[in-house]
Amino acid sequence: MKKLLEIKNLSAGYDNNIVLENISMEVFSGDFIGVIGPNGGGKTTLIKTILGLIKPVSGEMKLHISKTNIGYLPQVNQIDKRFPISVIDVVRSGKANSALFSSFHKNTEEKGKAESLLAEMGISAIRNKPIGELSGGQMQRVFLCRALMNRPELLVLDEPSTYVDNTFEGELYLKLKELNEQMAIILISHDVGTISFFVKTIACVNRSLHHHPSNIITEEQLTSYNCPLQIITHGNIPHTVLKLHDEHDHHEHNH
Amino acid sequence: MNTIIELFSYDFFVNAFMASLLAAISCGIVGTYIVSRRIVFISGGITHASFGGIGMGYYLGINPLFGAGIFAILSGMGIQLFSSKGKVREDSSIAIWWSLGMAIGIIFVYMTPGYAPNLMSYLFGSILTVSTSEIGLMLALSIIIILFFTLFYRTILYISFDEDFARTSNLPVNLFNYLLMVLISLTIVLNIRVVGIILILSLLTIPQATANVLTREFGRMMFYSVGFAFLASFIGLLVSYFADIPSGATIIFTQVILFGLVKLIKTISSSRK
Repeated sequence: MKKLLEIKNLSAGYDNNIVLENISMEVFSGDFIGVIGPNGGGKTTLIKTILGLIKPVSGEMKLHISKTNIGYLPQVNQIDKRFPISVIDVVRSGKANSALFSSFHKNTEEKGKAESLLAEMGISAIRNKPIGELSGGQMQRVFLCRALMNRPELLVLDEPSTYVDNTFEGELYLKLKELNEQMAIILISHDVGTISFFVKTIACVNRSLHHHPSNIITEEQLTSYNCPLQIITHGNIPHTVLKLHDEHDHHEHNH
Repeated sequence: MNTIIELFSYDFFVNAFMASLLAAISCGIVGTYIVSRRIVFISGGITHASFGGIGMGYYLGINPLFGAGIFAILSGMGIQLFSSKGKVREDSSIAIWWSLGMAIGIIFVYMTPGYAPNLMSYLFGSILTVSTSEIGLMLALSIIIILFFTLFYRTILYISFDEDFARTSNLPVNLFNYLLMVLISLTIVLNIRVVGIILILSLLTIPQATANVLTREFGRMMFYSVGFAFLASFIGLLVSYFADIPSGATIIFTQVILFGLVKLIKTISSSRK
């Protein structure tokens, strides 16, 4: 197993507001880590630190792969949906590191790669549509295509199941399971119950970070690690909910 | 028709025609970037801050547009610096530079002895009095903008659409943000003579809004914006000449009517489908 990145005693945040405190974590090839935690607990801050978008306040973050070898799918609400750009151009922007001088000229290899990804996701028909006209599920597929353009060794997804219907959510997780054979995946979700079926390990982020060695979390583990979660059982299906995840949390800005 | 052809035998009219064409090119392209990126308010701040340079130009006896250029670029950088490093909210930072520039301009114009000639033409534009050397500068700017946006089309598109993602792809995001800010400043300053400080924002937004009715694709929006900007500027120029009303205001008026027409036609044609 190849070590892709390591985080050591890292603290990070915005201005004087520390969101992550003294966290350590390692990611290896083949990993499929589900990141859970309450809103404002630092999930997005964690991946923005991994992507180099936020500089740590203290501690270190070491990437053993090139930054461009990380595929990134941001939260949908970070995207300006009225921006005048077509689906195919969004996907092609995934290989932006080769774009500096590639103005209007046709980069056939890159375009071919984008086309085949769209076909793989079953959305070739919308290739020329402006992104503002897409449904939630279509948009997530487009951003997944973009994240895969560079054949990443690590795929980082921030809440890919928001604004999508249940059918697509199921398809998405199956697709990720398939992709996991070729790349490591870090998946942020508030939906602990569903992702625990697919991920290999779970990291609980709430100012601190606890990387649980399996995808099964017990209530005892959670309370001893101070994770704000609660496990409820509906018949045979384990269902996990966030204890602090009440109504007013939905309106908070998600860091 | 013959009267229009006859008009082209006058130097001042040829200059005005060239000015409307070159303004359409620079404002159409740069405006598409401004509108797509939602930085219209920043551009308004830069525009008004440049008045400080015009006032200073009058006072020191140098070309007011030269002063305006310096003020525009400095305020553009200042707005970014205030909000990123100084932790001032961006809209407050814009308002500070906006009003500071205007205030400096007013003080300098007041201190300049005697009457300030052509002051109104900087505020409200005067396309019929654009000089040949100003046309030369506008031509140079249009060429630079066409080259820059053609050469770096995809880089500009990707950075504008998703800055964070562009950073993860190792694109030189900060460099491009500053370069584009300089191009916005120069575009504003060199087009001040066409429609004036008060009205320049319209050339950077209305043709783009009209283009946006017909397309939602960045590249096409730039072409359509240039087209609509030129059409409205030329019609506005003719109307203002024959009706003897201020050119800047007439051009804006034509822009808005054109926008309304395109929007109306689009609404009717899509409701028939």
